[in-house]
This record gives sequence, structure tokens and C-alpha cells, in this order.
Amino acid sequence: MTRINVTVDGVSNADDVEPRMLLVHYLREVVGKVGTVVGCDTSNCGACTVHLDGRSVKSCNVLAVQADGHEVTTIEGLATNGELHPMQTAFHENHALQCGYCTPGMIMQAVDLLRENPDPTEEEIRVGLEGNLCRCTGYHNIVKAVAAAAGSMSSERSNA
Amino acid sequence: MIPASFDYLAPTSVDEALAALAEHGDDAKVLAGGQSLLPILRMRLNAPETVVDLGRIEALRGIRDGGDHIAIGSMTAYSDIVASDLVREHAALLVKAVETVADPQIRHRGTVGGAIVHADPAGDVGAPILALDATMVIAGSGGERTVPATEFFRDLFETAVEDGELLTEIRIPKHTGWGAAYEKFVRVAHQWSIVAVAATVRVEGGSIAEAKVGLTNMGNTPLRASAVEQALVGSSADALADACGAAAEGTNPPSDLNGDADYRRHLATVLTRRAVQKAMEG
Amino acid sequence: MTAVDDRPTTEVGKDRRRKEDQRLITGRTRWTDNIQLPGMLHLAMVRSPFAHAKILSIGTDEAKAAPGVHAVFTGADLADSQGVNINAWPITPDQVTPTHLPVPSERVAHTGEIVAVVVARSAALARDAAELVDVDYEELPAVLDLKEAMKDEVLAHPDAGTNKSAFWQLDSKAAGTGGDVEEAIAKARQDGIVIEREYRQQRLVPAFMEPRSTVVDPTGEQVVIWSATQVPHILRFAIAATMGIPESKVRVIAPDVGGGFGGKLQTTPEEFATIAIARKLGKPCKYTETRSETMVSAHHGRDQWQKMTLAAEKDGTVTALKVDLLADLGAYVAIVGGGVPVLGAWMFNSIYKFPAYQFNCQTVLTNKTWVDAYRGAGRPEATYAIERIMDELAAEVGVDPIAIREKNWITHDEFPFTTVAGMTYDSGNYEAATAKALELFGYDELRAEQKRRRESGDTVQLGLGVSTFTEMCGLAPSRVLGSLSYGAGGWESASIRMLATGTVEVVSGATPHGQGHETAWSQIVADRLGIPFENVEVLHGDTQIAPKGLDTYGSRSLVVGGEALVRAADKVIEKAKPIAAHLLEASVDDLEFEAGQFTVKGTDKGIGITDIALATFAAHNLPDGVEPSIDADATFDPVDFSFPHGTHLCAMEVDTETGQSTMRKYVCVDDIGTIINPLIVEGQIHGGLVQGIAQALWEGAEYDEQGTLVSGSFVDYTLPTAADTINYVSEHTVSPSTTNTLGTKGVGEAGTIASTPAVVNAIVDALRPMGIDDIQMPCTPERVWKAIRTAGAQQDKAPTADAQAHFGEGAPNQDPAAGTTDGAAQ
Repeated sequence: MTRINVTVDGVSNADDVEPRMLLVHYLREVVGKVGTVVGCDTSNCGACTVHLDGRSVKSCNVLAVQADGHEVTTIEGLATNGELHPMQTAFHENHALQCGYCTPGMIMQAVDLLRENPDPTEEEIRVGLEGNLCRCTGYHNIVKAVAAAAGSMSSERSNA
Repeated sequence: MIPASFDYLAPTSVDEALAALAEHGDDAKVLAGGQSLLPILRMRLNAPETVVDLGRIEALRGIRDGGDHIAIGSMTAYSDIVASDLVREHAALLVKAVETVADPQIRHRGTVGGAIVHADPAGDVGAPILALDATMVIAGSGGERTVPATEFFRDLFETAVEDGELLTEIRIPKHTGWGAAYEKFVRVAHQWSIVAVAATVRVEGGSIAEAKVGLTNMGNTPLRASAVEQALVGSSADALADACGAAAEGTNPPSDLNGDADYRRHLATVLTRRAVQKAMEG
Repeated sequence: MTAVDDRPTTEVGKDRRRKEDQRLITGRTRWTDNIQLPGMLHLAMVRSPFAHAKILSIGTDEAKAAPGVHAVFTGADLADSQGVNINAWPITPDQVTPTHLPVPSERVAHTGEIVAVVVARSAALARDAAELVDVDYEELPAVLDLKEAMKDEVLAHPDAGTNKSAFWQLDSKAAGTGGDVEEAIAKARQDGIVIEREYRQQRLVPAFMEPRSTVVDPTGEQVVIWSATQVPHILRFAIAATMGIPESKVRVIAPDVGGGFGGKLQTTPEEFATIAIARKLGKPCKYTETRSETMVSAHHGRDQWQKMTLAAEKDGTVTALKVDLLADLGAYVAIVGGGVPVLGAWMFNSIYKFPAYQFNCQTVLTNKTWVDAYRGAGRPEATYAIERIMDELAAEVGVDPIAIREKNWITHDEFPFTTVAGMTYDSGNYEAATAKALELFGYDELRAEQKRRRESGDTVQLGLGVSTFTEMCGLAPSRVLGSLSYGAGGWESASIRMLATGTVEVVSGATPHGQGHETAWSQIVADRLGIPFENVEVLHGDTQIAPKGLDTYGSRSLVVGGEALVRAADKVIEKAKPIAAHLLEASVDDLEFEAGQFTVKGTDKGIGITDIALATFAAHNLPDGVEPSIDADATFDPVDFSFPHGTHLCAMEVDTETGQSTMRKYVCVDDIGTIINPLIVEGQIHGGLVQGIAQALWEGAEYDEQGTLVSGSFVDYTLPTAADTINYVSEHTVSPSTTNTLGTKGVGEAGTIASTPAVVNAIVDALRPMGIDDIQMPCTPERVWKAIRTAGAQQDKAPTADAQAHFGEGAPNQDPAAGTTDGAAQ
């Protein structure tokens, strides 16, 4: 067992974990963040995407011990003060989800995409989501939602 | 999906890491960014007794100007290379290749050194490193040694880094002003390269003065298309086909679901021409 | 024939945002794998690495002694308690149906079959111990190729004596629905056109995003089972029927389910094993599969060889279609099993007026993963083959693919139309959908561009693909199922509970897994009862809450379950009416109901239905003899199917140097009758399209010679990403269905059914001038490049008269005078 300190969605945690424990299992089974899910075992699907120190990672591809001393944001920590993140709103408004299983990872990656590129073209959105698989939507409305979120976030910034 | 149990060490210096490797020998596995290693551990294709994580060694991270070369710490993440103006200016080819690696999440974690030492022939870092005549800095118990990229890749998943050693730095001679392109052929975006070609050229007066071409997944190691490079000298953009026709000579590509060796050889010639053409454009 | 209800609607047709989303976008989800119960144990499966082997011995001592391990079970340990996987649709009385035990004890028949189950305190410890189970196998010869299996030289199940499971035929002459196929083909060989082709429907993996998971709690009076399933009601039935547990003691819950696409309509070995073990140990147990396990153990889809013989007059009027199918069932006959290819029987004739038709289907057992329904189930396969061969006919006659379809399709004034396969199509307008699609697509402009590129010898060639399709949806009229020996009915149930405080609970037997039932059902009920959309709560997916249902598959939820809802709502109104009359001191005959209000005709007196719900709850003042409830249940059994249709057009750019095909444009105009929620409909179409496009371009479950699934992970089973796909243009025409009062038709499978041939037709269209008339799916760059290279090499040679492959040895393929000798060797 190795002692780790990880801040998850703003709450600091100190836990003893087996070094082999994956970050996604730590989040789901130890911290109780079951909003983050596992969709594959080869790191292709991106369903487990979270932010580690503000950058998107596949939490199945990080050991919990590697997150020691770092900060994790999951889908459950994205809304602030009961207000949905603009990306969450955009997914709802644009019907960018059906079964919703890929959604947590898709939203977390989409947020990261706009962090790196606040005004992406359709092509840049599509390429920026290449690490996230969705089987329901055909991606059409996901791409639309990310573009919509980019628009609403940029108008928020210019109003601020 | 759950790796077998292992002991975990997180040294904070290269010396500590080397000491850990010396102590655990064959039973230890080095963890860099983990983007290739963790899937292997999860599938239990490998079950080391000890994992030595280099993630806490700050000295292995970062990009610096070395005068005639740029020096990239082995633990530098792909995304940091993509974001680096220094690399973009002096080794554009590496940026073009690294941009295509896997996906954004993987590029945030994956490291250039990890990929090079893993030496997957379908990986996208080997060919540009080879084409750019990089030098690898390897640390061991006896100190540091350097190995040119041409001698670094030995075989499938095998490099000049011996047991107990670590790759610490990649030094790339400056290719300032060289045009570059990485033509990667895949069926779907998240795939490993079926074939890819890394080309960088120096153009003088509309024709090629110097060309360097590396091939991905055309054999057990990344390959250098030397015959093409020589044939390209003096070529203009509209007369590349002949020179690139030799791209597959001496290669030994695999056959799998994505294509047989014949098809890969054909792709290599087409992609080489396209890569060189793009490289000439900038 | 049901008349479409013409009451005014305010909710139906509105693009309501989904009620389901709030939880899903914030991570407050209830996937089965999220469930943690006190004292819960975790299962890990030991699976066969061999396609076919005898189990000689299983050493479990070391695993049993491992830390945290509670038990290790083999098939022998579970023999009396594990139930059996059922086939609900024996397509013939003499169908060969090998017994499918969840954990076999003597022999495994495909890679990935479970041979032992380890139970431990954690999933990690269970997996560790599973590595210690020592199984001694004796490998047996495996039959992996569908056509090889037909020879019966190597048997998938030696005791069965054959690999042939069943043969099923529909013949229009015998059925009295059309003419003699052989006669028509013979005539066409004399003075018409005969096109013979063999198409391959590759094996696919449904690839729902949520891996399957089952949690069983045996500690209460009932056994409670949570499972990532499309079919909680069918699962409950199967458990009761095969495990010796009274049905009343079984509660099945499908909480949030992360996609299915048919892949979760199975009752699975993993479910049965988990239930059996939880009951033996008396402890809650969980099993969640890894993706690699999903790939080899959850059922696959498609996998057919399709021999097509199309006879036509010289002008392209089709005179007969004969279909000979070989369908791979895999190692076992799954729950729908041979029924999946048989569903194609009514679909190969598609939207066309063929005078003679014969459908022959041979199902075959092999040592591969079992095969069952995958989005479209039988209909995409049929649509693919007919739409491919109609293009071949167009090429043969020398007309545009649209023209050949126009010549043969049912015209809008001919509905209802009884087809040569015996189905009565309710409504449709193929002309209108096609005209709209052509306009949106810019067909003529793209044809002009294609011509330019051909003439200039552009490296990148352009191809246009057409797919006009229909499908039967709304499974299914129970009497039809009965006549086909299906083991259940096709009805659906709904209940409406009028709560005292004005809100309404709707209980549906159709269990969604991403379709948005909660939203669409709310819209329907809100309109019918005149209550706010927000005040409707839809309950489903738990056999204790929704005790009666037949679940979600086959585009049935809306057309069958939606109609049940309508009937329940109408019953509520009927029950409320005498109470309203009593409270308004009026005669029942003088009451009108509109927008949630009962009013007395010609007066301003009225009362709302929710007021009646409250009055009924209080029950202080009800008419004599009236029960204090206006709640109602309804079960709807459709009289007939409904038949959506559409025209899909696809433009593909083919890089002739690399063989890479890239989609340029895709337009679809679907007619799915009345639309309840256009937003949800668009979503269903987009997702369906990409699954169909993926079959054409990317996906294929490939085995090696040892029977190992080579494309056994998402690394090698190449699902498309956002970066591989484009935006789609999707429009509609509306021909309301006449088989339900809402006028709706199914939409869940339409995109998948239509898109595959549109894509392949486009690729072939791009390459046809080179003499290429087929590319096997998936149309990989390598396959396209090799076809181009081969065609190029052969184009240098002189064309030969017998260049085109045909089935009848020595039979003339077609009238040489009819036109070109089309084919790969031209």
C-alpha cells in the first residue's frame, strides 16, 4: 500500500492504495466518483477522461499513485455552485448524448479542447475528440454542441 | 483491466532511479508517461515485480536550446513538444509527427523518451528522430554515453538502452528553415500508423538542396530512406515521383488486418512523394 | 386499418430537450457497475483460449487458496443450478440447436467461453486468482469458415452430426403471393438480363459503449438482479423458465444502460453464472466484463454470404429475385438466432414490385462467437444486397441508378401494397422522398463533377451512391410471431397513474437504453391528457415497477409501446368522464374533453382532469358504483407492422493512389410517419447512419486460423471517431402509418439499414469505369487499391465473353446483345 494525497473535485483525500490501482478505479471505488466510467481496456474509448492538473487524461491510463500530490477534476466537479458548465448545457441543448455512457469523458475532453483552442473550426473539434468513442450519436450533435459551447463561452468572456 | 501487483518506486533524481534499476534488475520496469506501459500491464501481458516511475524526476523534463542543437528531456510530454516554439522552429518535423500521436489525452501524458525506448515500429517518434539525425543521451551506472539515432533502434521493441540504463535526453541538430511534413496513413483517426513517412527538406531556389526521410512501420525499426534522400537532391516539386519510387527499397513491412507488405510498400512510395511535396511547401 | 387520430397536438412534434440528460451530463448516473452492496463479492471469468476443445481437467486448488478468494466454480459445480441459454425462435421444427450451458463442463465451442468462475472479495483479487486456475484442454478441430462448415467435414458440435442448423424458405409461387422464380429466371436468360452476384456481410461487433455488468442480490425474499440489459422482462422470464426460481421471486432491474444496438437483447451466460453463484453463496455478487471479454463473448452481428439472382427484361423491369443466404450462427443458436437472417425474407424485395421471389436461408453453426441481432437485424443485410444489385442492373441496362429504381418501385398511389413476400406496406411515397433527397444532394451537379474528374483522370475520383430502402418495424403482431414459431408475443404494455397532486406516473414495459423514452412518452401523454410535459414521470426498467413488458428492440418502442400509452390515456379519460359529469352535474353525453378539461357543451362549466384525480383520491363525492380510481392499464398488440422508408444519397471520394475512401456528402430523406420529437429522431438517424457507414468502411470481426478473434479490442476493431465522420443532411417526408393512431413508424434502425449500400454503391460508382463492380466490406484502402490494381492489369488484356462470374455452370449470364459485358475483367 502506498499513501497518496489527491484533491478530487476540490476535496482533498488521503488514502492508502495498492500501487497497481488505476486512477479510474481510485475515483470510482475509493472516492466514490462513479460519474467517471470505464469503456474499454486499451485506452481507446476515452470514457474515463478526467482533468489532471487541468489537462485531460485517460484515467484508466494513469496509476492512482501517479496522481499523488495532484488535482483531479471529474464530470461531477464541473458544475459550480449548482450552475452547469456551458459545455454541459450545450450537450443538453444540442442533444449531444443518447445513452450517456461516453458523455462524461466526451464533455471533459471537449472542455480541454476549448481550453487549448477557444475558437476551433469544425475540423479542429473533430480532431480534438479523436480519443473519445461514441456509438450513439454519430458525433454530429457532439460537434455541434462543442461549437455552441465555444460560442457561448466566448460571449461570456467578452461580457465579463 | 487490473494490472498484477507490483512494488512502486518514485525516485526524484536520475541517480536514485539508476540505483533502483541496479537493485531490481530484470524484475523492474521503467514507467515514463505510461501510455504504452499501462495498457500492457492492464492486459497482464507483462507483470514486473517493481515499477520505477520517472515521473517525479524534474531534471528529465523540459526543452532547452543547446546552441547547435535542441535538447529534449526524455520525460517531456508530447503536448509540451507541440507547444514548444523552439522545437517548431528548429525541428519542425518532430512537431508534425508528434501532433499525430494517438489523441490529445495521450499526448498530455505520453513522453517522447518513453516512446523512443518502447520502440514500437508503428510509433510516430522514431522516424523523425532518425531523419533528424538526433543523438540519444543514455545514463548508466558508469556515467553518460551518447548514441546516434542511426545506431539506437536495434529491433522490434529493442534499443541501445541496456538493462540498468535510462534514456535521459534527445539532442536534435537544428534544422532551422527546413520544411517538414509527416504523412500518416490510418483507416480511423485513433489507429497506430499503418505506414507513415517523415520528410524534411532544405529548399534552395525552388529545388531540394538536402532531404531527410524516415519511415514508420516499414520494418522492425524506424527506417531511413537514404536512397530517396540522395535521389531527391536537385529535384523540383513537380518531379518527385521518380526519386520517391525507391522509398520501399530494403524495407520489410509487416502484414496485418490493415494491409499486407505489398500494399505497405506501395503506400510508402505514395506517402513519401506527398510528404516531400508538403515539406517543400513549408 | 387504424385511422390516424387528428386531435390537436401541442407537445407531439416539438423538439423537447431530453428529461434524461440532467443526470447523464453531471455524472449522477446509475450504471450497473456503480452498484456496491454490503458484503458484495466479485467474479472473474476464466475463458477458453481455444475455439474448440475438450475440457480434460480444471485445477482450482491454487486459485481457491489465493488471498480473498471465497470460491471457484466450474461447470460441474454449477451443473444443477445454472440454467441454460435459450433460443426463442426455432425457425424450423427440426432446427439443430446445441445445448448452450452458461459454464460448460465438458467441451468449449468457441474462444472466450467460460470454463470457471472465481469469486473474491475484490475484482482485483478475483482476477489475480483467475490466473491461477489451471485448465487442461484437448484441442479439437475447429470449423471457422462459413462455407467450409457447410461441407460438414469438421463439426462445430460433433454430437450434432452436422453444422447445418436449419433451412427456411419463402417462395412466392408456393405462398400464392407471386410467380415462379425459376421460370422467370429461365425466361430472362433467353431474352432478358440475369444478374448474379454474391455479397459478403461481414461479422460485426455491436460495440455498445457500456461493457455488460450484472449484480445479483440473493439476500432478500426475492432475488434482485441488476443488469446492463435491453430486456429485463425477457431476462426475468428466462431465469424463471430455466433456473427453477419462481417468476414471482425474481426482480430484474435495468438501471441506466449504456447502449445496446441489439447487443444487449441477449440473456447471457454471464448473467446466469452470476445468479447461480450468488444464490449458492448467499451473498451479493457482481460481474463486470472487460472490453476484451465483450468482444469475444457478447454476441456478434451479420455474418452472411448472400447469393443474389436478379432477372429483368431488357429495359430493366425486374421479373424475379432469388436469394440464397448462408448465415453463420456462431457456436450456438442465440435468443433470436436464425430468426435474424429470416427477418430478411420480407425485406429483400424492398420497395419494389417484383412479380416472383424466392428466399432461401440456411443457418450454420461454427466455432465462433454466437451471432444475433445487431441494429437492423436481418434488414440491413437484405437492404444491402438488393440495393447493391439494383445498381448492377442499372449499370447493365445503362441507366442512372435512380431511373432503375423508379422503374421498379411501388408508386405512392398503390398503397396499401401487398408485396411478393406477402407483407402489406401501410403507407409511403418513394417518389417524394427521392425527389427531395436529389434536390438536397445536388445530384446533377455532383454527376457533372464526377464526369469532369473522370475525363481529366483525377487521382481522386468521385462516386455517387443511392440507397432507397424500406424496413418493417414494430416487432410485432403476436399472431405473426405465433405463425413463425417465435416463443413469445409482440405486444407492449403501459399504465398511467393519476396522482392526487396533479402529476402523472407513466409506466412503460419498453425499456430504453439511450433512446429518450422518458421525453417522448411524456410528450405523448401530455398531449393526450392535456397536462404539462413537466408533470409526467416515466417509470421503466424494473420488473417490480413495470411488471409487464417486452422491452426495446426492433424499432418497436414507439409504434407498439407508444400506442399502448395512447390507449391507457384514453382509458383514463373514459374513467374520468362519469366522475366529471357527476361533479359538473351534467350528462356524460354532454361532455367534451380537450386540453385537460372536461367541459359541458354550450356552457362555460368545466373541470380539469387533475381535479378529478384529486376528487377520486379523496373519493368523498363519486357517482354510485364508480371505483375510486381513474388509473388505467393498456396492452397493445399491433395488427400489422409499419414500414418506414427513405432515400439516402452518398458521395464518396476515392483516392486511387492509396485506395482511401473519404465521405464528401451524405443526404437522407426518411419517411417515418408522424414525428413525436424531431430532436430525438435526428439523433437516432445520425447514430444509425454512422453504424451503417462503419460497416461499409471500417468494421469487421476477423478471426485467425486458430479461431482467435484478431480484432478483439478497440485497437483492432476500428470504430470511427469524430475525426473520421462528417455532418449529415437529414430531412423527412411524412406518410403517417395506418397501423397505429399516432401515425408513427420506427426510426431506431433506419439509418443503419439504409446507409451501408449507399456508401458501397458510391465507392463502386467511382471505380466502375475501371471495370470494378464490387468491393467487399469493409471497403478498406487496401481492398480498394488492390481492386484498382487488378482491374488496371486486366484492362490491358482483351475482354472475354465469360469474364463475369455466374452461378450456373455453362449458363449464359446475359444476352450479349443487351449491352456491355460488364464485370471485373472488362
